[in-house]
Amino acid sequence: MKKLLLLSFLCCCAYALAEAPSTVAIHNAKIVTVSGPVIAKGTVILKNGLIEAVGENVAVPAGAWVVDGEGMTVYPGLIDGLSTVGMPGAAPAAAAGGGRGGRGATTAQTAAPAAAQAAPAERSWGPEDRPQTTSWLLAADELQASDRRVETVRGSGITTAVTFPTRGIFAGQGSIIDLVSDVKPAEMVLVPAAGQYISLGAGRGFGGGGGGGFPSSLMGIIAYIRQLYLDANHYKLVKDAYAKDPRGMQRPEYDRALEGLLASQRILLPANQLIEIDRMLRFGAELKTIAPVEQHMILYGARQAYRPEAVELLKKANVPVLLSLRWPTPPARTADADDSSETLRALIERDKAPSAPAVLQKAGVKFALYSDGTDAPRDFQRAVKKAIDEGLSRDEALRALTLSPAEIYGISDRVGSIEKGKIANLVVTKGEIFDNSTQVVMVFVDGKKYTPEAPAMGGRGGPATDDPGAGGNR
Amino acid sequence: MKKILLGTLLALAPLGADTIVIQNATVMTEGPKGIFKGSVVVRDGKIADIGEKVMVPAGATIIEAGGQYLIPGIIDCHSHIAGSGSINEGSVSVSSMVNIKDIINPDDIAIYRALAGGVTTANILHGSANSIGGQTLPLKMRWGKSAQELIFAGATPGIKFALGENPKRSGNPQGGRGATGAIQLGRYPATRMGVEDVIREAFNDAKAYKADWDAYDAKVAKGEHPIPPRTDLKLQALREVLEGKRYVHVHCYRADEILMMIRAADDNGFKVRTFQHVLEGYKVAKEIAEHGAGASTFSDWWAYKIEAIDAIPFNAALMAKKGIVVSLNSDDAELMRHLNTEAGKAMKYGGMSETEALAMVTINPAKQLGIDKTVGSIEVGKDADLVLYDGFPLSDFAKVQKVWIDGTQYFDRDKEIAAQAAKDAEKQQLLDKEKSAQRSQAARRPNQ
Repeated sequence: MKKLLLLSFLCCCAYALAEAPSTVAIHNAKIVTVSGPVIAKGTVILKNGLIEAVGENVAVPAGAWVVDGEGMTVYPGLIDGLSTVGMPGAAPAAAAGGGRGGRGATTAQTAAPAAAQAAPAERSWGPEDRPQTTSWLLAADELQASDRRVETVRGSGITTAVTFPTRGIFAGQGSIIDLVSDVKPAEMVLVPAAGQYISLGAGRGFGGGGGGGFPSSLMGIIAYIRQLYLDANHYKLVKDAYAKDPRGMQRPEYDRALEGLLASQRILLPANQLIEIDRMLRFGAELKTIAPVEQHMILYGARQAYRPEAVELLKKANVPVLLSLRWPTPPARTADADDSSETLRALIERDKAPSAPAVLQKAGVKFALYSDGTDAPRDFQRAVKKAIDEGLSRDEALRALTLSPAEIYGISDRVGSIEKGKIANLVVTKGEIFDNSTQVVMVFVDGKKYTPEAPAMGGRGGPATDDPGAGGNR
Repeated sequence: MKKILLGTLLALAPLGADTIVIQNATVMTEGPKGIFKGSVVVRDGKIADIGEKVMVPAGATIIEAGGQYLIPGIIDCHSHIAGSGSINEGSVSVSSMVNIKDIINPDDIAIYRALAGGVTTANILHGSANSIGGQTLPLKMRWGKSAQELIFAGATPGIKFALGENPKRSGNPQGGRGATGAIQLGRYPATRMGVEDVIREAFNDAKAYKADWDAYDAKVAKGEHPIPPRTDLKLQALREVLEGKRYVHVHCYRADEILMMIRAADDNGFKVRTFQHVLEGYKVAKEIAEHGAGASTFSDWWAYKIEAIDAIPFNAALMAKKGIVVSLNSDDAELMRHLNTEAGKAMKYGGMSETEALAMVTINPAKQLGIDKTVGSIEVGKDADLVLYDGFPLSDFAKVQKVWIDGTQYFDRDKEIAAQAAKDAEKQQLLDKEKSAQRSQAARRPNQ
């Protein structure tokens, strides 16, 4: 096993060699800044990992390495707003899937919390046991810089990922990382604490299946989340009182699950079906009234966001949405397949899901697209193209993978567009990004240049990754 | 394509509430007016007038119902439909922290099917895996509306208790494989003694919890600013039981456990609102009546396990004769679709009159759920929850024609049948589209 790891690590290095001169000039290229107008022919100067200058008439500094941008287009580096890249043992899918009609749980995660991997989890007998909770985890502290998925997804033009621990109900906080290779994990981190990942997929069944005790049902999970918020509220009350005057007062017991929750500035709640969107928007609003700290809510999944009722709800709630690029797919069929078990509902959902981004765009709902484990560049490109084919404008598709996620996470002052002073994260393509024939020529992350492996012509394309569908959660 | 879709949407959307006159029907009111031939006037979602002769308001929609029967919407006092995920939080013996209200699933097709069977209100209960189960509530079957819009406004919420084999995990005393195949570890209790103990201990805790909060409230009332006690969702629900703000619905079968529950409730100062299933209720009907509890049972469904052996189809009638408010329930999405014929069986077994029988699925469950001021009978001022049958409603041959809730029509048999073709066409069109995409994809990737 170790040998295998080492081998793959060496392989990575072989074609992931980053070149990092102090100053780079991309000259005579079309520049899509996202935040401003497109520059038909211009220059971007990168210096010390930042964008030094951008414009039509920017002089190339002496000593700079010059990239001839003739016939190429420069975009801001793409941002994957919900990812598991770099997380140890993460299944490729940060799944918000599992939606078969209304009855399915929102998320498909059934795994035990990360901390419980080493020792088997004790059976939980109630909320007091803090089941499936590792709210104190920070993705930044768990990062594996050697994860070969870093390179795979960078081949799609993704330079920044908000990567999350995803195991458990309160899985922990995601971190925003730049996808640089051959550095210490700490050097990848833009923001260590981006928000708490909450999933509802654990346990089900009459007898408390899942083997781990409470909670074993969706309503149990919801009750547990509510109780944890109530406890956090009470905890802070008691702690503050104790800090003010400890004399004569029994000291409050330290509770890392509550500390983790109190430290979270954002929570990510899963919702795919319309009824789940309705349910989670209400639940999130309720939690906001309980939370003793200011916390922003983000909805992830959003497969049925194409439904007019869902759009209305999202618009009214003014909650940003992370929309999964993993479109629902029909079952493999033989020519004489029996269709009698197909439901009209499922057929409509599969037909309409890729139109959700266009619908949200028209309604003015703040949203970003996320890969949801669609790692292979060819698959990623196809998934985005599908949304474009269903009416999402190219500009908005790009925005939904650059400036919009940056705004949702409050980092639009450093990434998400090509502007002077921002981090030098860029994608250079031949052809319009997200087109079938487009080639990602180079990717700059923190000013370091990476050259992705060219997708093989004709075949499946892209470096092979684990099959996202085989993540064991479907 | 667009036209087909639009057509379907229109057909599915419930018609808005306006002024309706249903005339020339045989009206079985289950109210003081009994059975009469005449009209019912509906305005603003309420029953505005009833009688042999009524004033027809200008602009009213007239429903000609000659030869047809109009009854109040059927109420099912025991149902598990319209929930997302499991309706059991079975991991613990007291799961009163969970709430069906959190997982209402308005997309559940069982709602529409119940509606098509004349049900307009259902008491959605937590399962019976625990001595003290989760919080429950009645819903109206407003198909097409959102989760919140299904909630029966103003109804007192409930909580599910369960006695006997289910909470003590009969056949599964040391744990074993649960419904999902996963190994479960053993869970107390394993005996009927243990079930009683769990209930009594939980109320000991709840009383202490209530005392803490009462003391806190008293201090606040005096203008002090103490730190409040911790809110415990599990005990909070039981505190509400002690304060009479939450109804207790008890799953039970045997006479001995029914008496145990009555004693435990009396000792702790709360009332059992309904005994559910209660197949041996006929043996202890006097005691149930004295406690003031209702009984919600099956017409003739038993022997599916040992504790459900000693049952008789006369149970409902015998309990009713002792003065208990008795309802017939479904506990099942299929049975829920023909509660009218379940009521009909009470005429055969126990010699109930047709109105007494119909009451067991209308006004009686309304009384048990504390919603009889607004539903359960056709009376002026009540919600216009109405079901129109093409024949005598307690017969096997009766078919539901139309259903209204709050004066809004949610089911129409003719329109449903007429809309089928368009739905089939839409489904075929989507299937064809998908298959052609799959074919062209396969052609592009010959290697796969």
